[in-house]
Amino acid sequence: MYLNQFLLLAAVLFCLGVYGVLSRKNAVLVLMSIELMLNAVNINLIAFGAFRDNVIGQVFSLFVIAIAAAEVGVGLAIVLLIFRNRADIDLDELAQMKG
Amino acid sequence: MLAPTSIVAVMVAQNVVFGILAVVMVAAAFRLVTTQNVVRAALFLAIVLAGVAGLYILLAAEFVAWVQVLVYIGAVVVLLLFGVMLTRAPIGRDADLDNDQRLLGALVALFLFGALGAVLLDAFGDQEVGTVQIRRTAEVSDSIFGTYVIPFEVISILLLAALVGAVALARRD
Repeated sequence: MYLNQFLLLAAVLFCLGVYGVLSRKNAVLVLMSIELMLNAVNINLIAFGAFRDNVIGQVFSLFVIAIAAAEVGVGLAIVLLIFRNRADIDLDELAQMKG
Repeated sequence: MLAPTSIVAVMVAQNVVFGILAVVMVAAAFRLVTTQNVVRAALFLAIVLAGVAGLYILLAAEFVAWVQVLVYIGAVVVLLLFGVMLTRAPIGRDADLDNDQRLLGALVALFLFGALGAVLLDAFGDQEVGTVQIRRTAEVSDSIFGTYVIPFEVISILLLAALVGAVALARRD
């Protein structure tokens, strides 16, 4: 197995996640795209860990998984709060802070 | 040790499994960012996450693979589905979920992929992962609770703060 096949697959998933973040207006779908990007990073960590033949890649991918879980919890709480205040989670309409 | 012919067979099998996983994951990820149905997007996300767990198994990181299954497919996808339900997103019927920056977003993503791909091909060319050494989970835990114990403690504080913050934000008062 080449190292690059994992890295290029992760790059494809990351770019699809970037496209999702930029082109979705439903906040929950933006959170899903962010999860896609975090998983692409984790694939890189594990692939480099196997390539360098040590466990540090696995350790840091576990840290990333823990942070992603915290991120999605707080993110969904914020989305719920926005929904409660505005009855809508359309990100295009969220422009109160626009100068 | 395996005989040389069975080593070749294992390498072929690894590449076949990788090819299947890669095709399924890229197709599911593409549908995830293009589908107009929120619940289907969550299910496509579950497929991508399962494929990532398969890649971890392929790279002999089975503990991380099972954490992936438990935390991501078990918890994060369910949490996202709860988010879909609680925000009364249009479940079951198609709706306009994209904004008007699709073309610009696609251009940015393609440019980013071009840059990443060029750098990766230039830097790592045809380097092989080689025979992946199977690491015992005890080695991972030794590393977490030995060398990286301070990041581990920081992340436990972060998780506590996120828990308290999520409850404080979502609570009705």
